[in-house]
Amino acid sequence: MMRVLEGSQAVAEAARLARVKVVSAYPITPQTHIVEELAKFCSDGSLDGRFICVESEHSAMASVIGAASGGVRTFTASSSHGLALMHEMLHWASAARLPIVMAEVNRALGPGWNLWMDQTDSLAQRDTGWIQLYCEDGQEALDSTLQAYRLAELVNLPVMVVLDAFFLSHTYEPVDEPSQEEVDRFLPPFEPKFRLDVADPYVLGEVAPPYIYMEMRRSIQSAMESALCLLPEVEEEFAGIFGRRHGLVDAYRCEDAEIVLAMAGTAASTARILVDELRAAGRRVGLLRIRLFRPFPAQAIRAALGPARKLAVLDRNCSFGAGGIFAQEIRAALCGHAGPAVYSYVAGLGGRDITVESLRGVYEATRDRPEPPTESVWVGLREEILCE
Amino acid sequence: MRMTERAGEIREYLSPGHVGCPGCGATIAMKLALRALGERTVVVTPASCWAIMVGAYPQSSLKVPVLQTGFATTGAAASGLRAALDLRGERETTVMGWAGDGGTFDIGFQALSAAAERGEDFIYVCYDNEAYMNTGVQRSSSTPWGARTMTTPGDKWKRQQKKNIMEVMAAHRVPYAATASIAYPEDLERKFRKAASIRSGLRFIHLFSSCPTGWGFAPDKSVKVARLAVRSRFFPLYEVEDGTRYAINESGELPVADYIGGQNRFKHLGSEEIALIQARVDEEWERLKAKAAASPIGQ
Repeated sequence: MMRVLEGSQAVAEAARLARVKVVSAYPITPQTHIVEELAKFCSDGSLDGRFICVESEHSAMASVIGAASGGVRTFTASSSHGLALMHEMLHWASAARLPIVMAEVNRALGPGWNLWMDQTDSLAQRDTGWIQLYCEDGQEALDSTLQAYRLAELVNLPVMVVLDAFFLSHTYEPVDEPSQEEVDRFLPPFEPKFRLDVADPYVLGEVAPPYIYMEMRRSIQSAMESALCLLPEVEEEFAGIFGRRHGLVDAYRCEDAEIVLAMAGTAASTARILVDELRAAGRRVGLLRIRLFRPFPAQAIRAALGPARKLAVLDRNCSFGAGGIFAQEIRAALCGHAGPAVYSYVAGLGGRDITVESLRGVYEATRDRPEPPTESVWVGLREEILCE
Repeated sequence: MRMTERAGEIREYLSPGHVGCPGCGATIAMKLALRALGERTVVVTPASCWAIMVGAYPQSSLKVPVLQTGFATTGAAASGLRAALDLRGERETTVMGWAGDGGTFDIGFQALSAAAERGEDFIYVCYDNEAYMNTGVQRSSSTPWGARTMTTPGDKWKRQQKKNIMEVMAAHRVPYAATASIAYPEDLERKFRKAASIRSGLRFIHLFSSCPTGWGFAPDKSVKVARLAVRSRFFPLYEVEDGTRYAINESGELPVADYIGGQNRFKHLGSEEIALIQARVDEEWERLKAKAAASPIGQ
């Protein structure tokens, strides 16, 4: 049924339709609308579950770890400082092989305090063993949340569904909300592969000395690798019921493109406008939107780029001392393969707008420069107030 | 007294072969606690000596399920587990958080306080050996005044009083809080059974667990040292219902010198310092007695 939903509502509706049992969360702007909605569902009975009002994000993750270890489907949501506070338990969730799903609203970290869009918070968690899916719109946020449960429960790894602060979390759009019957066909009741059970007692998370630790870590890596193969299968099942698929990456007009713009999140919607304009003017330009970040879809990226000579990667994040993170990952994926030269741009940090015009500047700079600079180029800086 | 006694044997849930130090009070504590709670118990334990003593993969020293969790998270992880068990219809399973003093008084306090405030339905046990023993004896906010640890060494022995965690938990108005000692097993088991029977909120048990390694006494004196702590009123045995009604379970009569005299961690203290400890113990005892007299359990 088509509804006009806020991005946050789309995620909350998906969690409700997934029949989550335990939701645990601590408020942080701009994540609050998601968890307020779920608290309401638990209160009015439209969700048969318990909402635990914990006292911190660290405890939010710990309590869903406890609940998932008890064998029920769980959900939480966070952002920015909250996600950073969870960091220890993010490692715990993946190494405990728990299929927890979390919505993460990309927000900048302070100081200075900044509530707005920035990807550094989630990308800083890239080594925690969480699958990460970056969404472009409300429909995809809903669909990704449902797919996240299916995938998480197949590979026993947690999944982070990532939304841009405000641009997605607080934007209302038409969203096709599936019926409970449809969702039940796609997502069967949760059958945990293991759980704490007094009839079959064992220890979860116990001491792992050097003789076993590496094998445990290897199994996480193997599960990540299998997620790369399984997400397309999950998408096929999903498409069979709902008629939609989103891909590991989303290649738009890339087939014969000479210059491709690459990015994740809502900026891609702006880039589509520019690509259409340039195509209308006869320029061979495409867009590659990265949806899956962990595991990193290197092969899908290489396959999507086709004959492109130049790839302009737009990062709404920065790993200080190294530059844009998507650009680094894409460079690594292309290394040793014939592929485009990678131009790295840092833009739109802390909620600064990325507009068609700023993207046009990125396109033109890439077009006009024969070789990429070694460093990331920062877009739209107010040079007059920069200090040494 | 115990259900299993009629069959002529006590069902044990702690196996031999755990990796605790010889004379470890915390292993006696776990053995007694699980005797009282029985097999329908799930233990949630954070970083602590007990995280190690459970055993290394793939073995376990306990015959009940155990969830190991992050240092700061016992209260939160136990809350989530309780919710999951309830939603699965496993209401009769007891969830027991089991953390040391570092995991309770210090790093885990926030999650514990929040779980108490939410009225979570589980038993939270702090097995208290009065320092970070698993990391090699560093001071915690449970370490008593006068004690030397590796981070309060030499003349910098601890000059701060031990945090009164029972009063802190009573102030949360939890339905049940009790102190217990490995030297008083009948009292201990009664309190665990009582805690298991109350389902209206978090139950807190402050379990005194002597530590030969950290305190510096012979491993065969663990129970004796724990008993002296009660008999000298250094660690009184008492219960608090709803944070307001008190009952004292044992009365002591020995001087604290008898208790602290046998421990290396206090051996640098002179008669003046011991007199200060005695004065403090007497003062706390009088305060406790006054509470029990003013608002006793059962009225």
